[in-house]
Amino acid sequence: MKWETVIGLEIHVQLACESKIFSSSSTKYGMPQNTQASLVDLGYPGVLPVLNHQAVVMAIKFGLAVDAEIAEKSIFARKNYFYPDLPKGYQISQYELPIVFNGSIEIPINDKSMKTIRITRAHLEEDAGKSIHDKFDNASAIDLNRAGTPLLEIVSEPDLSSSEEASTYMQKIHQLVRYLKISDGNMQEGSFRCDANISLRPLGSNVLGTRAEIKNINSFKFVEKAIEFEVERQKAILEEGESVIQETRLYDSEKNETRSMRSKEEANDYRYFPDPDLLPILVEKDLIKEIKKELPELFDQKVDRYIKQYSIRKVDAIEIAKNVDIAEFFEDLIHHFKENYQQAANWLLSELMGYLNKENISITDLTITADASAELLQKIHENVVSTSMAKIILKQLIETNDSVDEIIETQGLKQISDSGQIEAIVMEVIELFPDQRDQYLSGKQQVLGFLIGQVMKKTSGKANPKMVNQILLEKIEEYRRR
Amino acid sequence: MERFTLKKLIHMISQREISSAELVSIYFQRIKKYDHFINSFITLNQESAEEQSLIADKKIQAGNYDLLTGIPYASKDIFCTKGIKTTCASKMLENFVPPYDSTVINQIKNSGAILMGKTNMDEFAMGSSNETSYFGPVYNPWDLERSPGGSSGGSAAAVASGIIPIALGTDTGGSIRQPAAFTGITGLKPTYGRCSRYGMIAFASSLDQAGLLALTAEDIAIFLEAMSGFDPLDSTSVEELVPQYSDSLHNSIAGKTIGLPKEFFNNSLDTESQRILNQGIEIYEKLGAKIIEISLPNVGYSVPTYYVVASAECSSNLARYDGIRYGYRDGDAKDLDDLYRTNRQIGFGDEVKRRIMTGTYVLSAGYYDAYYLKAQKVRQLISNDFEEAFKEVDLIIGPTTQSPAFNIGEKIDDPVSMYMNDIYTISSNLAGLPALSHPVGFIDKLPIGMQLIAPHFQESQLLNFCHLFQQETDFHLQQPQAFLDD
Repeated sequence: MKWETVIGLEIHVQLACESKIFSSSSTKYGMPQNTQASLVDLGYPGVLPVLNHQAVVMAIKFGLAVDAEIAEKSIFARKNYFYPDLPKGYQISQYELPIVFNGSIEIPINDKSMKTIRITRAHLEEDAGKSIHDKFDNASAIDLNRAGTPLLEIVSEPDLSSSEEASTYMQKIHQLVRYLKISDGNMQEGSFRCDANISLRPLGSNVLGTRAEIKNINSFKFVEKAIEFEVERQKAILEEGESVIQETRLYDSEKNETRSMRSKEEANDYRYFPDPDLLPILVEKDLIKEIKKELPELFDQKVDRYIKQYSIRKVDAIEIAKNVDIAEFFEDLIHHFKENYQQAANWLLSELMGYLNKENISITDLTITADASAELLQKIHENVVSTSMAKIILKQLIETNDSVDEIIETQGLKQISDSGQIEAIVMEVIELFPDQRDQYLSGKQQVLGFLIGQVMKKTSGKANPKMVNQILLEKIEEYRRR
Repeated sequence: MERFTLKKLIHMISQREISSAELVSIYFQRIKKYDHFINSFITLNQESAEEQSLIADKKIQAGNYDLLTGIPYASKDIFCTKGIKTTCASKMLENFVPPYDSTVINQIKNSGAILMGKTNMDEFAMGSSNETSYFGPVYNPWDLERSPGGSSGGSAAAVASGIIPIALGTDTGGSIRQPAAFTGITGLKPTYGRCSRYGMIAFASSLDQAGLLALTAEDIAIFLEAMSGFDPLDSTSVEELVPQYSDSLHNSIAGKTIGLPKEFFNNSLDTESQRILNQGIEIYEKLGAKIIEISLPNVGYSVPTYYVVASAECSSNLARYDGIRYGYRDGDAKDLDDLYRTNRQIGFGDEVKRRIMTGTYVLSAGYYDAYYLKAQKVRQLISNDFEEAFKEVDLIIGPTTQSPAFNIGEKIDDPVSMYMNDIYTISSNLAGLPALSHPVGFIDKLPIGMQLIAPHFQESQLLNFCHLFQQETDFHLQQPQAFLDD
C-alpha cells in the first residue's frame, strides 16, 4: 500500500534571557553544578515565582514573526508530575491559554515551491533540571542550574509530510529565532530541541493514524534520521496489518533507532490547572505595536535587499542571509568596503567561510573585525596583495592581534607589481630553464605553467600573477624572434 | 497573671516602666510556666530574642526607636524564619531550618518587634482543631479538654492565655477567625493580597492570607501596618496604599449599614449562639449602625467549593515534599517510586494525605470539569454575591462558628463534620475579602465570636467597628480562669 507520512513538531527553544523565567538566577550555561539555582529554583517551602517580562516580549516577537495572534490574556498552568530534577513537583507552563496561537511559516520544498506550515501555538514554560546517572555508582546526581530556564515551546500542526520537510521546518524556525535574537539556538547545549509526532495513513485518507512521539531530538540530521527510522518501523507494522501503539519513543543516534519509553497507558496525567501564584499575562495593544516596530529585518527581506541594493547574485545572497551572524558580519564588512559588493560576498563565502569550516568554528567565535576584513579586501582590490597572500594574511589576522598592514610589513607579503623587478626574475627563470623554454617555443604550451611556478617560487608567491603571465609571454616570444 | 495588650506594652516601654529585656524575660517565664498545659509553641527563640531585647533597650534608651521596638510576638510555624526551625507542624519538615525570612517576618523584624517562638498549628494548616499537628494538639485555655480551633490554634491559645501579647496566623478557610472565636480573642484575616505570601508555606495559594490574633482591634491595627503592603516577590500581593489603621479606629459608625445574610442565621446556628449574636448586633445598632437583612444566595456552596479548590491547590503545592532535597527521607527505599511513596506516606499525616488525594482526584483527567472547573465557577458566583451585597451595605455581620469550642477527639474521626466548622468563614476566603472575628459573649463559660466581613481592602473599617464595639463591651477582656493565678 502507498502510505502518507504525517508529522508535527514541538520545538523547545531556550530563550536568551539573562535570568530565569521565574527567578533572578543567571541562565549562563556550563557553570559548576547547582550554583545557578536560587531558593525559587530549588522549590523551597514558601517561595513564589515572579515572571520575567523579557520572556514575554521574546514570545511576542516570535508570534509577530510567524503572523500569529498574540493573546490579550494568557495564563500559566501547573503541569504536575514527580521527578527528582523537577524541584516543585510541577512545571510551570501554559496550557489552555498560550501567549501565541494561530501562526504559520513558509518553508521551501523541492527547491522550487513553498509550503505553509501552520503553527498551532507557542507557549512559555520553565525548563527542568538535569539528572546525571553516570557520575556516581549507585546514585544519581541532580544539577538544577537549568531548572527555571525560560523556554518557548512552538507546536506545529501535522502539516509536514516527510523527514526533509521536518528538517527544513526545524531549520527555518532555528533561523528565525536566531534572527529575532530570542535564542542562541545552540543545539549542543540543548537550547534548541524538538519532539516529533509521527503517524502514517493510507495515501488519500483524511483520518490521522495512531502516532508515536519521539522525544528530545537535538539536531537537524537526527530529526531526519529519527523520522526515517520511525516511518519504516510504522510502515512495517501497518503492512503486516497490525496497529501502531500510541507511545513516547526515544531516538538513539548511536544505533540510529527509536525505542519505546512509555505507552499511552503509562503516560502521566499531568493534572494541569491555572497556577494561583501567577497573575494572567495581559498584553496591551501598545506593547505589541512597540515590539512590532522593533522587529528586525528577517531572512526573506534581507535576501531581497541584498539582491536589489547590492546587486549580489541570488545564490550568494541566500547563502549569506542563511545565518544571521554571517549576514550581520557581511553588512558590517560592506559598510567599510564599498568598492565591490559582489567581491566582498565572494571573499566572505569562499575565504572567510572556508576558514571557519576548516577550523569548525562559528563567525561569532572570531575576534577579527569587519573593519580589518574590509582593509584586507581593499588590499586585494588594489592589487597590493594577491589572493593567495590574502589567505595567509587572513589566517594571521585571526590568530594574532596584528593589523593588516603590520602583517604585510613584517611578513613581507606585499605583492610585487613592479614590472622591472618581475622582468628581472622572469629573465632569470628563462635562462635557468632553457629546455622548457624551447619546449614552449616548439608548441608545448603547458610548459608555461611550470615557468610561472618557478617565478612565483622565486618571489615566494608575492609576484602579481597577472603581470608574471604577461611579462613571461612577452620575454619568451622575444626568444622566438631571436 | 495579667494579660497585657500590645498597646499597654508599648505605653510601658515608652514610659520606661519596663525594659524590653524585662518584657522578654517575663513572657518566657510565662511560656515556661503555662505552655505545657496548652502546647501552643513548637519552637522557642529564646537566646536570639534575649539578645535582640538588649539591642532594643539600647535603642530605646537612646530615644531612637519605633512603636514596636522591643515588643515580643509569636509566629505561627508556617512562616519561614531564617535559622529557626519551621516545621508547619509536620514530620515532613520536622528538622527544616529555612535559609531565609518570609517577607512578613522581615517586615516585622524591621519594625523592631521580637520573635519569641513558633506556634503550634494543624499540619500544613490543614485542620480546624489543631489535632492534626505532628507535635500534638493544642488545648483551649478556657477548657483544657477542648480544642482551641485551627489551624492557627497555637497562636490563639498563646494569646488567650496571656503568654504572648500578639501572634501571627494564617487563614485559608477560617484558620484565624475560628480559633479566635473559640479562645475569646480578636482575629483578623486581611484582604487576599494585603500581606505578602512570600515565605509563608503554601497550603492553598489562592486562599492563604497572613493575619493576626490579639486581644483587641487596636492591637491588630498597630501590628497590621507593620506587615502589610506590596511585595515584588509575591505577584499576587497588591499595590494598594497601606492606611494608618490606628487613625481611623475612633471614627463614628453612625449611619453605616450592616447586612445580616439570612443564609448565616438559619437552623445550623444553635439558638444560644443566635441569642448572643443578636445582643452583639444591638450594640452596633446602639452605635448608630443601620441593620438590614441581605442574601448571599450561593454562599451555601462555600464548603464543597472550598474543599475542591483548596485540595486541588494543596495537592500541587505539597508535591515538593518528596524527600529528595529536604524533608523526611526514608533510607530503605528500593527505587525512586518507592522512595517517593515511603517518604510521603510516613512524612505526612492523615488529614494532609486525605486532602492531597482529594485534590489529585478533582484535577484528574475526566474529573477536572466536573469538580475543579465547576468549583471555580461557583467561587465566582459567591464573589459576585458579596459584590452585590456591598452595593447596599458597608459591612456584613454573621457568626464565626456554629457553636463554642468542641472537645478534643470529638470530630477528628469525622472529616465532614470537621469541615463544616468553617461554614461561615470560608466564603470570605473564596471572595478574597477581609474578615474579623471578635468576642461577643459566652455560652457555659466558653467564648463565642462574631464575624465582620468588609469589601476588599477595607480592613480599617473592620477594625473601626470592632474597636468601637470593644469600647462598649468587656468580652474581649475576659480571661480564662485557670490562667488567673498570681
